[in-house]
Amino acid sequence: MHLPFAVLFRLAWRNLWRNYRRTLIMLGAITVGVWAMIFMTAVMRGMVDDMLYRAVRNLPGHVQIHHSDYRDDPSISNSMPPIDQALLDALEQPEIIKWSARVRVPAVITSEHDTRGTTLLGIDPEEESGLSFIADSIVAGRFLESVDDRGLIVGQKMIDNLETVLGRRVVVMSQDPDNEIIDRGFRIVGVFATDLENVEESFIFTGRKTVQSMLNMGASISEIAVLGHDYRDVSDVLRLQEVTGPDREILPWYEIDTYLGTMLSTMDGFVLVWIVVVFLALSFGLVNTLVMAVFERVREIGLMQALGMRPSMIVVQVLMETFLLLLIGLAAGNLFAILSVVALSDGIDLSIVSEGMQMMGVANVLYPSLQTNDVLLADVVVIVLGLLAGLSPAWRAARYQPVEAITKV
Amino acid sequence: MSTVRCVDLCRFFIQGDQTIKALDHVDLSIGKREFVCLSGPSGSGKTTLLNAIGGLDKPTSGEVWVAEQRIDNLSKGELANMRLHNIGFVFQAYNLIPVLTARENVEFVMQVQGVPADERRQRAMAILQEVGLEDMEDRRPANLSGGQQQRVAVARAIVSRPAMVLADEPTANLDSVTAEHLMGLFVALNEKHSTTFIISTHDQRVMSYARRLIGLVDGRIVKDETR
Ligand SMILES: Nc1ncnc2c1ncn2[C@@H]1O[C@H](COP(=O)(O)OP(=O)(O)O)[C@@H](O)[C@H]1O
Ligand SMILES: [Mg+2]
Repeated sequence: MHLPFAVLFRLAWRNLWRNYRRTLIMLGAITVGVWAMIFMTAVMRGMVDDMLYRAVRNLPGHVQIHHSDYRDDPSISNSMPPIDQALLDALEQPEIIKWSARVRVPAVITSEHDTRGTTLLGIDPEEESGLSFIADSIVAGRFLESVDDRGLIVGQKMIDNLETVLGRRVVVMSQDPDNEIIDRGFRIVGVFATDLENVEESFIFTGRKTVQSMLNMGASISEIAVLGHDYRDVSDVLRLQEVTGPDREILPWYEIDTYLGTMLSTMDGFVLVWIVVVFLALSFGLVNTLVMAVFERVREIGLMQALGMRPSMIVVQVLMETFLLLLIGLAAGNLFAILSVVALSDGIDLSIVSEGMQMMGVANVLYPSLQTNDVLLADVVVIVLGLLAGLSPAWRAARYQPVEAITKV
Repeated sequence: MSTVRCVDLCRFFIQGDQTIKALDHVDLSIGKREFVCLSGPSGSGKTTLLNAIGGLDKPTSGEVWVAEQRIDNLSKGELANMRLHNIGFVFQAYNLIPVLTARENVEFVMQVQGVPADERRQRAMAILQEVGLEDMEDRRPANLSGGQQQRVAVARAIVSRPAMVLADEPTANLDSVTAEHLMGLFVALNEKHSTTFIISTHDQRVMSYARRLIGLVDGRIVKDETR
């Protein structure tokens, strides 16, 4: 079938600007709609990114290696032997940025005033820096200096709860592999602070060797946290399982924290729903505009058919008009959305509403995150659904009888 | 061999409890190269007959044949194709596409036919010159007088050299000089390209060009004389 695209395009373009006020109003609506689709998606992405980034930094890393029974019973008896040569070689590969071996045990901390339950982590400060938050969250005192550092790092909230201060001694109590209660005095050498108060209560830190000797566990470790290049795609890091063997289990962060994992995987669905909902709001105006535009042109559409334009060409002409309208609206909407994100690249201050947000694990400053795929998704949805919306007016136009146009006075 | 043949053609319009017989059992055969005038008072069925021949309207009963093809039972798309390639139209009113300039209107049919741009432009300019509108090529219809619009419509109807031109009162809005010129153009085309012309009119000057004069009254042929 021959379609004279040049003339159809010319007609579509000129008809678009015939009632330019109506066209501009519709373009405004599409622009705002597309802006809302893309910008709000970037804000949502920024929020989830931030939550995930923090969650990953709050100790998990991208992937963790444990004793294979650790998940069912995270007790000291399910510790692993120290890192062997094969695993060490694998951990030195370029797809891995950092890794850290830790001892992690439930503990009770007691000051002269109060007692709290917490988690004691024995870490290597060098391995930990750049992997988790702790190395750059010290607000008072010092960070640990080596694996056998005997000082204790506690959170700001914890030190407040214990009504003690930097430099004082506290007692930390835990169980060794034989279920014997072991306690030991520590001096608080550093205090850390984070955006999330519950993290400040949840963990206390000291040198890994210090914990290992306190709990008589030799060189055993509880977990190895591994950091790859992108938390969204940890497949490279998961390849470590080739060397971990059956006694050790390797888990990505989204299986360690299933709540956050679900959040990331449902995010794409959320984005699509949001885009479609905004489009539906737009579509009423769009269909109305097109119906009006077609209705005003009953005569010339009839004339064009009388002169030999097949109904299919009329359909194409109206769809082309729809397409041009959508295209201009999309271009403007994309532009404004990108400009908004760039303008807000220093972050959106959420401190006014931060009480509620903290509960969800979101920080005070939100950085919108614009992703090419989201922009493309919005554009494709608008074009495809927009053309579908244009089908009915186009079909209506094609059904006009030529004689109606010619005899109508 | 005939270009147009109507067999027992009827077109009735129902209005309220009244039936208007716009075409009342018309039998008609028009051959190649003929130059026919349909005359008759207002409301006698001239436009209705032209619309039926052009496949713009479905008859109530009877048959319409164009170039040995029965057209009263064709689909909308097939009819559009038939018109595109066989018939040039000049309508009584509302002839031009408002968003296109005079030249673009003239080129419209050729463009839908797929005539290459160079040839299209050349032919459009030549024909606009013939109808005396060469300085008006870039004007939109709204900036042309009624007579100028009608001349653009005529230019469009003949520019694609159709086998047949159907013109519904083409001189109604023209001054007598332009009307004479237009009729001269029609006659020349009729002779040079063997184009069949069917022209409805109640203009005496137009009738004087006709070689066959068909008279209509109340949807019936009352007169059919060849000169
Ligand atoms: N669409 C229509 N609906 C009802 N009546 C119509 C319609 N078209 C034409 N007619 C009637 O048919 C008759 C013939 O009309 P028409 O062919 O336009 O006459 P003419 O062109 O000779 O003036 C008139 O009585 C007219 O009122
Ligand atoms: Mg008439």
